[in-house]
Amino acid sequence: MAETGRLRHAAVAAPLISQVTLLRIVIILGVLAAWEFLAHSGWLYRDVVPSLLAIGRALIKLLSDRNYYFNLGVTAAEIGTALAIGGSAGLAVGLLLGGNRFLSKAFEPYLYYLGPTPKIIFFPVMIMWFGVGPESKVALGTLSCFFPVALNVAAGMRQIDKVLIRVGHSFRASTWQMVQKIYLPAMRHPIINGVRLGFGFALIGTLLAETKLSNKGIGFLIIQTYSVFDMPGMYAMLIVLFVLAIGANALIGRLGGLENIKRN
Amino acid sequence: MTMVASPPAISRRDYSAALVGLGSFIAFLLFVEALIRFGFLNRFIVPPPSEIVMSFGRLFAEENIVHRFFFTAGECLLAGVMVTIFGISIGVIMQRFDLLRRACETWVAAFASAPLVLTYPLFMVIFGRNAWTIIMMGFLSALPPVILKTIEGISGTRKVLVNVGRSFNLTPGQQFWKILFPAALPTIFVGIRLGLIFALINIVGTEFLINFGGLGQLINDLAERYDLSGTYAAICFVILVSVVFFIALEKAERWLRPVD
Repeated sequence: MAETGRLRHAAVAAPLISQVTLLRIVIILGVLAAWEFLAHSGWLYRDVVPSLLAIGRALIKLLSDRNYYFNLGVTAAEIGTALAIGGSAGLAVGLLLGGNRFLSKAFEPYLYYLGPTPKIIFFPVMIMWFGVGPESKVALGTLSCFFPVALNVAAGMRQIDKVLIRVGHSFRASTWQMVQKIYLPAMRHPIINGVRLGFGFALIGTLLAETKLSNKGIGFLIIQTYSVFDMPGMYAMLIVLFVLAIGANALIGRLGGLENIKRN
Repeated sequence: MTMVASPPAISRRDYSAALVGLGSFIAFLLFVEALIRFGFLNRFIVPPPSEIVMSFGRLFAEENIVHRFFFTAGECLLAGVMVTIFGISIGVIMQRFDLLRRACETWVAAFASAPLVLTYPLFMVIFGRNAWTIIMMGFLSALPPVILKTIEGISGTRKVLVNVGRSFNLTPGQQFWKILFPAALPTIFVGIRLGLIFALINIVGTEFLINFGGLGQLINDLAERYDLSGTYAAICFVILVSVVFFIALEKAERWLRPVD
């Protein structure tokens, strides 16, 4: 009875917009107002901070430009290929290291310490090996995403419930059946987490390589706007890129059910 | 009965595994050397490992690698100091005002997953092609983990410690400096460690991309001169520096958090 009364009271008292949403709106409006003020203040070099209207126009122009979608397609294909190659290789190596303690002790430290090194420094090597075309960008993306996937899968494999493994063995499952029926389903979350991280690294690796040496792709377009000092265009491109990257990251997490893990 | 965590004994099996790892690495290098010497691999694409090793001396004698190392280290240090001051301050403010934390914490997390390093052309316009662009790239990429870990560390302070502070009638300032901050320090250091790793990656990367500064620029310079063995040696040197840096940070973290 008391619970019902409290619930009814809460339902009546609930404001239209929560305090958190209200604060978020205030912060966004404050930042936009500060930006507009800075754009017209003349404190910075002209056009370094363009007006919101100019950025809005550039955003509309960008989104209605067919050339942009062609370049987006090129970058997406490079990232997708890098993720497929690097992810598969990372999965295979992770399964191997996670399933064998000796191999893990022998080789995992190398992966662990090489993982966080700046991969962009390998770009000159990739150019020598694969040329200046998209292949070198795919190679750098592959190298970038291999490490997080391999390390996550290896760690995930070690966390599999031993009972599940014993059940597989008691059914005399072959190695392939163990991978298919036990390991992969039990490691869905570490794998998705690794893929999510791998995607982020592949994206950065590929785009940075494009900014360094390329004639197509989003990285190339960003560095083009810098070359011709098209600041509204650069802001528009970065906004779209950030939205796409954060959205894709969240989507991979959602598909893998990572949200549910956090809630549980 | 007290439970003291003893360091795990390193077994003979662990030693032999480490030896196999090192042996495989050396065998791989010898294999590549043989492939190049017998003409199966083009030495103008992959230089022999022996040539790469010999190039290290040249990097020290001709390319000022020690000076470049200190230049990059200085940029990392400055970015690290900035991220420690701003990251911890922002984290503390966000933790202090719950509404602000609830409103902005997801934004900071989203900021962490955004490809921030791609904004380097923007910073080149704002700061010019100089060390500040590089430091700002390091600083920005390092900021989210420090903020998030500061919030996590202070929020995770044990209730009993907070209650002890209350029972002593500590002022909010005393409560923060005597209880909350020391209790949160190990977690905050995890954030600083992650932040410094991101900073180093982005600093060397930006140096390479804008062809300015220390070790990153050296790799770009050598590659543009088509000095193959020098390029590979410089890459190996950067990897070595990164690995030593990560190990040192890990040791410092263990020192701060002796018992997990």
